[in-house]
Amino acid sequence: MSEPATLSRRRLLNLGLAGAGAAAVAPTLAAAQTPDPLIVERQEWTQYLGEGVNAKPYGVPSKFEKEVVRREVEWLTASRQSSVSFTPLHALDGVITPNGLCFVRHHGGEAEIDPAKHRFMINGMVDKPLVFTMEDIKRMPGRVNRVYFLECAANSGMEWRGAQLNGCQFTHGMIHNVVYTGVPLKAFLNEAGVSPKGKWVLAEGADASVMTRSIPLEKAMDDCLVAWAMNGEALRPEQGYPLRLVVPGWEGNMWIKWLRRVEIGDQPWAQREETSKYTDLLADGRSRQHTFLMDAKSVVTNPSPQAPLKSKGPNVISGVAWSGRGAITRVDVSIDGGKNWRSARIEGPTFPRAMARFYADFDWNGQELLLQSRAMDDSGYVQPTKDELRKVRGTNSIYHNNGIQTWLVRPDGSAENVEVS
Amino acid sequence: MSKSAKAAALFAVALAIPFAAAAAEKTGLGRPALPEEVKAWDIDVRPDGLGLPDGKGSVSEGEALFQTKCSACHGEFGEGAGRWPVLAGGKDSLKSDRPEKTVGSFWPNTSTVFDYVHRAMPFGDALSLKPDEVYALTAYIMNLNDLVPSDFVLSKDNFPKALPNEKGFYDDDRETTEKSFWKKDPCMTNCKEKVEITGHAAILDVTPDDQKDNKDEKPSAGVE
Repeated sequence: MSEPATLSRRRLLNLGLAGAGAAAVAPTLAAAQTPDPLIVERQEWTQYLGEGVNAKPYGVPSKFEKEVVRREVEWLTASRQSSVSFTPLHALDGVITPNGLCFVRHHGGEAEIDPAKHRFMINGMVDKPLVFTMEDIKRMPGRVNRVYFLECAANSGMEWRGAQLNGCQFTHGMIHNVVYTGVPLKAFLNEAGVSPKGKWVLAEGADASVMTRSIPLEKAMDDCLVAWAMNGEALRPEQGYPLRLVVPGWEGNMWIKWLRRVEIGDQPWAQREETSKYTDLLADGRSRQHTFLMDAKSVVTNPSPQAPLKSKGPNVISGVAWSGRGAITRVDVSIDGGKNWRSARIEGPTFPRAMARFYADFDWNGQELLLQSRAMDDSGYVQPTKDELRKVRGTNSIYHNNGIQTWLVRPDGSAENVEVS
Repeated sequence: MSKSAKAAALFAVALAIPFAAAAAEKTGLGRPALPEEVKAWDIDVRPDGLGLPDGKGSVSEGEALFQTKCSACHGEFGEGAGRWPVLAGGKDSLKSDRPEKTVGSFWPNTSTVFDYVHRAMPFGDALSLKPDEVYALTAYIMNLNDLVPSDFVLSKDNFPKALPNEKGFYDDDRETTEKSFWKKDPCMTNCKEKVEITGHAAILDVTPDDQKDNKDEKPSAGVE
């Protein structure tokens, strides 16, 4: 049974208020003085016939949702082809990211590949190097469906030195969470017969960056997938159509798109994407390498700078949490900048290495809020503050920023990305 | 055969569908890769030199190639044009407030320069350079970083393994250096005395906005 409203109201008030603001937001319960014309007058959508059943053979969102799109930040990169766009997290709910809104990171633009012309090769330290067509791949036994988040290693990377971008789409939107259909990479490696000396796998893409990453064989044999579908349909071209690698819980760069080859070797290859890039420079001038795992992280998506509060009274704080170490077990929410916390409700399916949705229902009296969320996973890891991270890493590591995000919500309901002491 | 017997026989056939056994058994799917096919795609080079093709190239050949194929983005001396990557310089800058991470200052292995230029450069015309050209360009980039003299000729036989920052990397150690992030019972009430706002994104104002053109905003940090 759910808690009575009065009790939850009291519990929230007990958290302590961060200063009561002026009541700039209109109350919601104004009684109607005149009949609502939307009710008492016949509307055109009720009067006239709408479009037929197949007017849009592939459906698109309502025109009233046209702001819900991926966006880019042009100053981030030198070219549009080696760049990133961001998932509109503030406008989404649940846990599954719609295919057309999944953030995009290319290094050589979007390859457009005819699946009939795609080949997948396995070579290196194997008994028998092999070539597969897409038809062969879809005939492989052991097909699975798995939900995983894919987070760019650089997600929130622009925030290391302080609050910079105003909106969770930009600060946290290099992530998506979909159902993949594919076959374990292990099945393909077994087919080729990995040499006992094999310790590492090089995965390679077919796009114009010919992207490569070294992956420990142990991971490849554990839960990596060779996937051709997302959310029930073929991969989108921008997500690697017709074939991509799925590397659960690990940084997005390793999820090679347009996967054309895996090679077995006895040591890592020190490719550009694991030396010059995707290494984490610390304050002492040395760098971590092979920082594959994405640690537990969360963000409040509503309210947030792109999704202000509109009314006093009942409101829902909502957000997402995820961890590369396993399943999210708990998310705490603070409205006073981390002085006091209460555990939010995790709602909907939760899977290991997948995104979880959380809600904290609350009554807002118009006071200023400093909103934060703090994720915990089943390894016992607790999402750190940005300052805790900076204490260990400095401010130049670019990648793996999973620090707690703060939104300042003002009495007028508008929100801003801020840092707090 | 009676109708029902026929149906029973069909059912028996259906039951006899040979479901594939354990996943560990080989399926025979795919076909052997031919040596020419492996050679065409497997061009990766490891730090120990495994994968280097035959060939050689000099600093001066590399300089000429660089001016034609690379300098429009990377500058005549690898200094980088606009936001395009800087390839040379940045020596001793890794501990500074604004590190300059170049081949000479940051990259650990020479092999990566060869491999990456060969596979992905020039940007927009990948896999167009022949091995001799890649040797020459690698030699020139090394020369720009004061690592080899201007009369140097790079080849498979004298290919140096290490760059100056080779020892500057170590494997992920978060499990030990960040052990304090595993907390049994994180604080829930009265966790700090006061909270002050120490930074505002709106003051920097570099977020894309449909209402304004802020392409020229100067960010404090980008991604690469």
